[in-house]
Amino acid sequence: MSESTPASPHLGETPLLQTIGLTKRYGTFLANDSIDIDIWPKEIHALLGENGAGKSTLVKAIYGLIQPSEGEMRWEGRKMVLSGPSEARARGIGMVFQHFSLFDNLTVAENVALGLDGREPFRDMSARLDQVSRLYGLPLDPRREVWQLSVGERQRIEIVRALMQNPKFLILDEPTAVLTPQEADQLFIVLERLKAEGRAILYISHKLDEVKRLCDTATILRGGRKVATCNPRVETATSLARMMVGTDIRQVKAAPARKITVPRLVVNDLCLTPDDSHGVRLNNISLEIRGGEILGIAGVAGNGQDELFAALSGERRLQDPGKVVIDGHAAGHLSITQRRRLGAAFVPEERLGHGTAPRMKLSENALLTGHAAGDMVRRGFINALATLKAVDHATDAFDVRKAKRDPEAASLSGGNLQKFIVGREILRSPGVLVVNQPTWGVDAGAAALIRQALLDLAASGAAVLVTSQDLDELAEIADRVAVMFHGRLSQAMPTEEATREKLGLLMGGSGFERKEAAHAAHP
Amino acid sequence: MQLILEKRTERSGTIALISPLIAIGMTIVTMVILFAILGKNPLLALWAYFIDPLTDGYSLQEIAVKATPLVMIAVGLSLCYLANVWNIGAEGQFLVGAVAGSWLAVKTNGTDAGPWVLPAMLVLGAAAGALYAMIPAVCRVRFGASEILTSLMLVYVADLFLDYLVRGPWRDPAGFNFPTTAEFDPVATVPVLIEGGRLHLGAIITLIVVAAVAILLGRTIKGFEIRVVGAAPRAARFGGFNSKQLILLTFAISGALAGLAGIIEVAGPVGHLQPGFSPGYGFTAIIVAFLGRLNPVGILIAGLFLALTFIGGEQAQIAMKIPLDVTKVFQGILLFYVLASDSLILYRIRLVSTSRQVPRGTA
Repeated sequence: MSESTPASPHLGETPLLQTIGLTKRYGTFLANDSIDIDIWPKEIHALLGENGAGKSTLVKAIYGLIQPSEGEMRWEGRKMVLSGPSEARARGIGMVFQHFSLFDNLTVAENVALGLDGREPFRDMSARLDQVSRLYGLPLDPRREVWQLSVGERQRIEIVRALMQNPKFLILDEPTAVLTPQEADQLFIVLERLKAEGRAILYISHKLDEVKRLCDTATILRGGRKVATCNPRVETATSLARMMVGTDIRQVKAAPARKITVPRLVVNDLCLTPDDSHGVRLNNISLEIRGGEILGIAGVAGNGQDELFAALSGERRLQDPGKVVIDGHAAGHLSITQRRRLGAAFVPEERLGHGTAPRMKLSENALLTGHAAGDMVRRGFINALATLKAVDHATDAFDVRKAKRDPEAASLSGGNLQKFIVGREILRSPGVLVVNQPTWGVDAGAAALIRQALLDLAASGAAVLVTSQDLDELAEIADRVAVMFHGRLSQAMPTEEATREKLGLLMGGSGFERKEAAHAAHP
Repeated sequence: MQLILEKRTERSGTIALISPLIAIGMTIVTMVILFAILGKNPLLALWAYFIDPLTDGYSLQEIAVKATPLVMIAVGLSLCYLANVWNIGAEGQFLVGAVAGSWLAVKTNGTDAGPWVLPAMLVLGAAAGALYAMIPAVCRVRFGASEILTSLMLVYVADLFLDYLVRGPWRDPAGFNFPTTAEFDPVATVPVLIEGGRLHLGAIITLIVVAAVAILLGRTIKGFEIRVVGAAPRAARFGGFNSKQLILLTFAISGALAGLAGIIEVAGPVGHLQPGFSPGYGFTAIIVAFLGRLNPVGILIAGLFLALTFIGGEQAQIAMKIPLDVTKVFQGILLFYVLASDSLILYRIRLVSTSRQVPRGTA
């Protein structure tokens, strides 16, 4: 049927899944531009690419969530048209999403039942769930409610749910993004086993070392186009990265010697009960960051990072002023505006809806945090010129690409919006910067620029707190690293000593039990 | 072929401007069909509705008189709606403002009280409207009660309270048992602008209110707070804006403006307090607010247009025996189309072919 030359080991067979000239258009934007991909049984096939390269669009088409604008898909050699995911599942295509679709207040078994199309009685299904999860070494208690489970366990539910349909082809969207290194290792064992059983796996990632370790084939996408299909084991991480990004990534350079000065951000034994019942309780968190220093907080998402950010920023005010000290001022009881006036700045994880109002202009979003100090507001009246100048300033200094001078925040790409937000805060020359997941979902070029800006800010004498799930990022910019787990913070260690193994163990919770109060203060 | 709604990357400014016009156009088409079903000549009916009132001075003044309370209430409501707070009870705040101001008029009736009476009545009306609006606002902030329900239900409380007053304690002794207060004294009456006309000082006050709110929303940090809290609550919290405070503030302002409109209406065109003196201004103002795109100047235009439908409805009833309720049908259909057209600001309609053909030459 197809004239595309199959890779040599598959000579004479038909691929399990083929896309031929698959194209998806959104308006004038080409999310996928004529993509050919062959996936064979017994293969772990990596789909590599930066954010916005078109990976999600491609798998959504394969899973029947969207209809391709042009091109066709073939399943076991025959043309396949999917009008929805249930048709994909019926053929034996399973998918594990990056963002889980689970009901927090239902049990594991109930969640799995809701995701299955079958009509088997609940009790049989529960028994089968137990059996499948044990068979693959993915232990789950079917009776537990989802909100009690860790992120890794929640992912297990999604995987088991997909496996219960006995798929021939499984798609995993960035599965290790939320896992500790050790959890990721366990997942790889499961995937190898699925492969040995003759199933095919499409593994979406941008982590090159993982792909080199696990995958037989890699297809690299860039800007909606297929760049290459190759064997990742014979490529180097650098050559893969070059294909992904198109150019060599700029290396971040630290200033040769940063002067470490006085403590500028101090947290003293902070305990906090969460606002809502599914939040994380903060337990005895202490840390100290000096001027010129970057402290990194590693940890799997959902271990209290958001709650800590709210407490540090003043979105959640504390009873005791002494719990948070900004530049020598007890600030625990102060509002976020008052803390900004003390010289603190904050960058939350969520860009749209938290860091910015999506449907408002950039100048208005500059005002959102800029109104606290400076010349943007005089006697209650807005100085529109000053807000526009702030936008121009951030645009120039941080290379924000946009269609016009003052567009709506939502119209910017993720990387450009993040550059704007980080720029907005850094240009206020803060003495203390608290930033959550600074380069989450941002393209490599923007990420390098943002990391460099954080280093430069520290070099200028500010204290910087970076919370990140990306261990490579922390290794690159942080002076010391602590780990957050179940609302507690480990002792901070110098970055040179923070090996992946050490951090991974802490991220999984070992090493926390013996300490009553965890500290991240200076040694 | 298939019609799909496709999200725009940025909201369309053009559509934001013309969406009310699209809505008015669709409403008129619907009305034509409705008139035809009623067996009336649609063209004549439209003429009576929209053109006749514009041809004589009396009707023009009357349009401004009707628009005065509509615009004043709607401008206040727009602040609530921008902040994503749903005050549906402006009618109640309007009535309570009228009652509170009238209290002073009734008490000073027949005495030689000076020119301070009217200003005091206006202050009382605004204050009472604001206080009445605080009931749903406080319930929302303290207990999380839906302000939509509580503000709406309080309309009926206000309505029946007014009814009780004019049938009981405040009834005009010389009024032949009609449920109405005595005619207000001249010092308790809003002066007219043109001798012998109907246009009164309230119209000027309304213009001042429109200008003030336009400045508040466009130029001040408070107005910015109101818009951010409505558009992105979490970002507003990150910006350091207190949404609970803003719920109270926007309810207070809209209640005060509704109350002020109420006492101006009673002390102006009506001249005394009586049940049913409002043809539902507080509800129609909701339509005015949305038709005017929650923008003070837009609301001014929309208020005049809705006032035209009130006057036109009366003319059509007199001239063509079209029931007055058709005006309400018209207003309801209009709101429906306004909200529907608004989706075009964020979405565009596209016609796509549903056939999934594989381009030839791939195999």
